[in-house]
Amino acid sequence: MDKNISFTLKVWRQNGPKEKGHFDTFQMKDIPGDTSFLEMLDILNEQLIEEGKEPIVFDHDCREGICGMCSLYINGHPHGPATGATTCQIYMRRFKDGDVITVEPWRSAGFPVIKDLMVDRSAYDKIMQAGGFISIRTGAPQDANAILIPKPVADEAMDAASCIGCGACVAACKNGSAMLFVSAKVSQLNLLPQGKPEALRRAKAMLSKMDELGFGNCTNTRACEAECPKCVSISNIARLNRDFIKAKLKD
Amino acid sequence: MTKIIDSKIPEGPIAEKWTNYKAHQKLVNPANKRRLDIIVVGTGLAGASAAASLGEMGFRVFNFCIQDSPRRAHSIAAQGGINAAKNYQNDGDSVYRLFYDTVKGGDYRAREANVYRLAEVSNNIIDQCVAQGVPFAREYGGLLANRSFGGAQVSRTFYAKGQTGQQLLLGAYSALSRQVGEGTVKLYTRYEMEELVIVDGRARGIIAKNLVTGKLERFAAHAVVIATGGYGNTYFLSTNAMACNCTAAMSCYRKGAWFANPAYVQIHPTCIPVHGDKQSKLTLMSESLRNDGRIWVPKKLEDAKALQAGTKKGSDIPEEDRDYYLERRYPAFGNLVPRDVASRAAKERCDHGFGVNNTGLAVFLDFSESIERLGIDVVRQRYGNLFDMYEEITDVNPGKLANEINGVKYYNPMMIYPAIHYTMGGIWVDYELQTSIKGLFAIGECNFSDHGANRLGASALMQGLADGYFVLPYTIQNYLADQITVPRFSTDLPEFDEAEKAVQAKIDHLMGIKGKRSVDSIHKELGHIMWEYVGMGRTEAGLKTALAKLKEIRKTFETELFIPGSKEGMNVELDKAIRLNDFITMGELIAYDALNRNESCGGHFREEYQTEEGEAKRDDANYFYVSCWEYQGSDDKAPVLYKEPLVYEAIKVQTRNYKS
Amino acid sequence: MWLSNSSIGRKVVMSVTGIALVLFLTFHMAMNCVALFSGEAYNMVCEFLGANWYALVATLALAALFVIHIIYAFWLTMQNRAARGSERYAVNARPKNVEWASQNMLVLGIIVILGLALHFANFWYKMQFAEIIGNPMMGGLHAADGYGYIMQTFSNPVLFVLYIVWLAALWFHLTHGFWSAMQTLGWNNTIWINRWKCVSNVYSTIIVLGFALVAVVFFVKNLC
Repeated sequence: MDKNISFTLKVWRQNGPKEKGHFDTFQMKDIPGDTSFLEMLDILNEQLIEEGKEPIVFDHDCREGICGMCSLYINGHPHGPATGATTCQIYMRRFKDGDVITVEPWRSAGFPVIKDLMVDRSAYDKIMQAGGFISIRTGAPQDANAILIPKPVADEAMDAASCIGCGACVAACKNGSAMLFVSAKVSQLNLLPQGKPEALRRAKAMLSKMDELGFGNCTNTRACEAECPKCVSISNIARLNRDFIKAKLKD
Repeated sequence: MTKIIDSKIPEGPIAEKWTNYKAHQKLVNPANKRRLDIIVVGTGLAGASAAASLGEMGFRVFNFCIQDSPRRAHSIAAQGGINAAKNYQNDGDSVYRLFYDTVKGGDYRAREANVYRLAEVSNNIIDQCVAQGVPFAREYGGLLANRSFGGAQVSRTFYAKGQTGQQLLLGAYSALSRQVGEGTVKLYTRYEMEELVIVDGRARGIIAKNLVTGKLERFAAHAVVIATGGYGNTYFLSTNAMACNCTAAMSCYRKGAWFANPAYVQIHPTCIPVHGDKQSKLTLMSESLRNDGRIWVPKKLEDAKALQAGTKKGSDIPEEDRDYYLERRYPAFGNLVPRDVASRAAKERCDHGFGVNNTGLAVFLDFSESIERLGIDVVRQRYGNLFDMYEEITDVNPGKLANEINGVKYYNPMMIYPAIHYTMGGIWVDYELQTSIKGLFAIGECNFSDHGANRLGASALMQGLADGYFVLPYTIQNYLADQITVPRFSTDLPEFDEAEKAVQAKIDHLMGIKGKRSVDSIHKELGHIMWEYVGMGRTEAGLKTALAKLKEIRKTFETELFIPGSKEGMNVELDKAIRLNDFITMGELIAYDALNRNESCGGHFREEYQTEEGEAKRDDANYFYVSCWEYQGSDDKAPVLYKEPLVYEAIKVQTRNYKS
Repeated sequence: MWLSNSSIGRKVVMSVTGIALVLFLTFHMAMNCVALFSGEAYNMVCEFLGANWYALVATLALAALFVIHIIYAFWLTMQNRAARGSERYAVNARPKNVEWASQNMLVLGIIVILGLALHFANFWYKMQFAEIIGNPMMGGLHAADGYGYIMQTFSNPVLFVLYIVWLAALWFHLTHGFWSAMQTLGWNNTIWINRWKCVSNVYSTIIVLGFALVAVVFFVKNLC
C-alpha cells in the first residue's frame, strides 16, 4: 500500500503575459502516493478556494497522457521526473517525504505565459497550418489498399506521428527550438508515399514558419528527445534537415 | 404527444436511400457558397472533419474549441480502432453485416436508415484517412491490418497502435489546418459556446466566451453545427476528459432543440477502479485486453472478504476457487461480450459481495493463462504499454509472477471496474442531421442517431468521421440552398443583444452567490447521486429519489456556490460553474428518460425488467421509439416527451443473444 | 540566402566549416607528430609552409573558416537566447543522454579561441608572420625552426598546462561537434547516431592525443 507523504510545493504564479511572476510556497500534508500530480494540484486548489483565494491555473484535459494539454515543468524536467510520461501520468509515490517540488510553466519566447502555469502554444497550430498536411480533398480517394506501404515504413511514420504536440521539446531545449515537433510531423508525412509529392515544399514551409515565430536553432543537445513523453527520436530532425537541404539545393 | 416527428428518411430500399438522397438533394453553387457562413462548434473528429470539408467546399466557416488547439479534443483518447466494412480479411464482411451488427449491438433502438448510411460510408472513411497520411497498422506485404473487436464475428477494425483516435484526429486536424491556412476556416481556440442565437425561428449564431479574456463575443452565420461531444461528465468520474461538457448541447436544448434518449449511457467494463475520494477521473484500459485476459472473482465469499480486507491477494486464490463468470454465463462470446453485458455482469458479482478490492467494487482481469500459453514476451508485445500504464497508476505489475500453487503459476491480475465512458443519447436529429431547430445541426457523439441503446467498440470514431466528412457536408446544402438570398447577419440584431444579456446575467448571478462550496465539491455530489441511482442498475424508486436529490443539488448550487476571482479575465472556476449548472439539468434529463423507459435495453438497465437469468428485457411493444425531450422554459419544470416511432424495414427485431 | 536566413541553413554553415576545421586539425596533428621522429623533417615541413603563396592562400582560407564559424556561433547563440525568452527556469536538470559538451559548445569554443591566441603568439607570430614581414629572426630563432620553437614553448610548465587545458576543451568541443555536424547535414538516423558518436569520440581522441603527445614528449624532454 502507498504511504502518505508531506512536502513543500513551490508554484509559479503570474497574472498575465506582461505581468511579473513569482513563486508561491505551499506545505502539502499527507498526500496519498496513489494521487496523480494533477490531482495533488486539485487538492491544493480546493484548499485555496476554501480560503477564498484564486486557484492555480494550469492546462490539463484528458489526464491519460494523450491530449498533450498538460504542461508542467517539475523540478527541472518538462512533465516531471518520469521518462516517457506526461505530467498527468506522474503519481506522487515518485516523490519522497520532505521533498521540495518546484513547478514552473514552459518557458520559451514561442510560448508566452497566459496565467500561472498556462502557456500559449498556438504557434504549433500556425506551423501546422503552414504545411502539416497532405493536400487532398474530402471525397472519394483511391481504395486504401491501392497504396502498399511496407510495414517498417508505416511503423516509422507511426512513431513520428505519436507526437502529442505538448511542447515539452521546446520547454526542454536550451535554445527554445521546436525542431523535434516540426520534424516529427514532416517525417510522418514525408515517409509515406501519399506525402511524397509535397515533401520538399512541406519541409521548407514548416521550417520557415518555425523560424518566423521566433523558435531557436537546433544545436543537437538531445534534451528534447530525452524529455519527450512519447520518446520521439531526433532521427526525425536529421530527416527534416536532409529534406530541407535537398529542397534548397534544388531551388 | 400530438407532434408529428418527421425524421425525413428518404424513400426506397434501405441500400438505396442515401444514393437517392444525394441524387435529389438541393446543392449550392460555388459562387453562392462564398456568401454563406457556417459556425462549427467543436474540433473533435466530427467538428474538425466537418469544418475542414465545408471550408474546402467554399463556405466561410467559423470553428470553435475550448482547448488551446483543435488537436486536443477528446476524440484523441480513443485507443482501439475504427470499424469499416472493407472485408480486406475476406471473412465475409459487408456493408449489410456492419449495419446489422451495429443495430443488434445497439439493442434495436437505433434508426435503421442512419445506421445503414453509416455502414455505407465507413469504407470511404478509411480511404480518406489513408490518403491524409494516417499511419494505420500494416501487414508485411504492405496491406492494411485489421483486428477483431467486441460484438462482431469478423475482423473489421483498423487501428494505429493503441492511438487510433489520436491519429484520426490528427488527420482531421491537418485537413482543418490546411483550410485555416488557406483562409476558408477561421479558428477560435479557448472559446466556449454559451448560447445559441435564434432569429425568426432559425439558428443564426452563437454567443461564445473568450476563456482567456473572459469577454462574451457574438458570432453570426447562416447555419450552426454543434459537435461538442457527450455528457458523460455529468457523473463527475468518467473516462471523459476534464473539460468535456454539455453546455453547448444544453443551450440548444433550452432554446428548443429536442434531446433524444438521454438515458442511454455507456459504461465501459475495463477501467481502473476508483481508489479514493480525491480522484479526478477514471482511466480506461483498452477493451483489447479482453482478447487475452480472463475476468474473474472468487467463488467463495470468504475469499472475497479476505481480498477486501487485504489479507489475501488475487494470486493466492487457486484456479478451482475462481469464478470466470463471463465464460460461465456467455459461453459463445465469453470475455468478449458487448460492453453493456460485461459491465452489468461485473456489477452483479460485486453487488453479491464478491468484489475484490477494499471498496468491494472491482473484479480481476487475469493474464496468467495467456502468459503461460504465449509467453510473457508475446503478451508484453501486445499489451506492454497498458501494463506499464497500469503499474504507474496502481504500483502493481500485471505481468509479474506472484505465486505458484500445485505447480500452476499465477501472475498479478489487474483490477478493473466499469465506468461511464460514452453517451449514446444526444441532441435529436433527422436523417439530415438537422435538429428540431431549423439551421441547427448536431454531429458526432453530440447527436443521438446511430448507436441505439449501446455502442459497439470502434464505432464512435466511425460515426464522428462519417458525419463530418461524408454526411453533413451534403445534407447541410439541402438547407442552405434556400438561404443563398439571405445576406450576412449583423450581430447587432436585438436577438444577439438579448442572448448576450442572458449569458451575462447568468454569469453575474453565479458570481453573486458567494457561498462556501467549490464547484468540484458540488459536482462530486452530483456524480455520486447519478452513479448511485442513475448508473448501471436503475429502479423506479431509485430514479424518483434521484430526481428529488437533484433538486436539492440545484438548491445547493444556487445558494452555496463560491467562485473566487472576478468575471473579468480568465476564471477557470467560473467556467466550471457554468458547465456544472448544465450538468445538473442534464442529470435530471437522464433520470426523467430512465424513469419513463420501463424496459431494459443496452446501456439502460432497469432492475425491474430483467429475465430470470438477469439479462436485459426489452419491451418492443411499448418502447420501440426514440424518446425526444422538449424543454419547458424553466429548469424547474419537467420536460415534455415526444416519441419518434422506430420503423424497421430491413432487420427483424430479436432478442440479443451472446450465449450461443 | 538560405544559408543565413533559415535555421537549418545557418546550422549547415556551422557544420561545413566545422568539418573543414576538423580536417585541418587532422593535418596539423599529423604534421606535429613528425616532430616526434625527426626535428629535421619537421623543420622541412615548416619551411614548406612558410610565406609561400600556396601556404598563404591556405592560411587565408583557414582564417575565413574560423571567422565564419565563430561569427555564426555567436549569432546562433544570441538568437537562441532570445528564443528562450526573458524568464529563466529556477530549477534545471540535465537529462540522461544529454552530453555536457552539447550544452556548452560556445563556452568550449571560447576556450579554444583563447588557446588559439596563445598558440598564435607562441608559434605563428614567430614563424609565418615573421617571414611575411621579412624578419625571420623576430622570435629569437629562425622562422622555419619549428622544432626549436616547440622545445622553447614546452620548456615553460605554465604554457604546458595551458596547452593541455586547451586540448581538453578542444576534445569536448569535437566530440559533440563532429556527430552534430553529421546530424545537421541530415546524415543520421537511429542506427547511425551511435556509429557517429563512436566515430566522434574515437576521432577526437586520436586528434587530441596526437597534439597532447607532442606537448608531453617535449615537456619531458625539457625536464631531462
